[in-house]
Amino acid sequence: MFEAKIIVTLRSSILDPQGSAVATSLQSLSYPVPEVRIGKYMELTLQASDEQEATALLQIICQKVLANPVMEDYRILQLTRKEE
Amino acid sequence: MKAAVVIFPGSNCDVDMIHALEDVLGCQVAQVWHKDTSLQGADLVALPGGFSYGDYLRGGALASFSPIMEAVIAHAQAGKLLMGVCNGFQVLTESGLLPGCLMRNRTLQFRCQDVYLTVENNQTVFTSLYRSNQVLRLPIAHGEGCYYASEAELRELEDSGRVVFRYSNAGGEYTPEANPNGSSRAIAGIVNAAGNVLGMMPHPERYCEELVGGSDGRWLFHGILKAWKERVIS
Repeated sequence: MFEAKIIVTLRSSILDPQGSAVATSLQSLSYPVPEVRIGKYMELTLQASDEQEATALLQIICQKVLANPVMEDYRILQLTRKEE
Repeated sequence: MKAAVVIFPGSNCDVDMIHALEDVLGCQVAQVWHKDTSLQGADLVALPGGFSYGDYLRGGALASFSPIMEAVIAHAQAGKLLMGVCNGFQVLTESGLLPGCLMRNRTLQFRCQDVYLTVENNQTVFTSLYRSNQVLRLPIAHGEGCYYASEAELRELEDSGRVVFRYSNAGGEYTPEANPNGSSRAIAGIVNAAGNVLGMMPHPERYCEELVGGSDGRWLFHGILKAWKERVIS
């Protein structure tokens, strides 16, 4: 069993209205924050026999389901083997 | 013409869609549950508005993987008529039947109001009863309706006449104020390359009778029926 941590964000070329709104609020509080981008953090467990298989499976899951490649990028932050 | 309305957990415009097809248009309508695998021989399939699967992950994303969608995709690929309204439009982009995607409204607000839209292409099977550049008034109710596609896809859509509706003002002018969600090029509705799949954010099914506030939507349904009859006869 593996455990994965994934971050999905809007692609950098796409305006993030949520992030912009938060940046504006931070700026109005005088914090020096030119840009904020908001994404989603996901944790999942995965059945795979080795790390290579787990990575391959995770890539497919991210591309097909967890992120919409039209507007989003994903990053696999961590993939670790979990004690059964 | 036989129609089917697909109901996902969280659909909430299914009853309006069934009413428009059954009572206004006079069609026989099958109510198809998302776990079903058959569209019961429908000529037209409608994916209604709502919040399928609570909009979890992304609007329309989880619905696009539900069991009925295999039949819906086959229906579209066979050249049969398919329309998605609001959340139904999101399901169509998520399942790859239409290009682009629908993002959070630029204003971050959920917009529930009447809007004006201009019929940019009245040569589709869905819009043949409208005049070219006719301005319609239809309701919207969505938080994620900002249409986005890459520059290349937008150009392709425009060059091939696949932008069917754009948000405009009552005079048919495209102004930033008339665009309720920040959609690219004020796009409110598009068709696929074959012309048999329509996706739109505004709700034609809600404005089919003056009694409920407007009837600009009913001609879309009558147009579909007309196109279907012509297709059957020819």
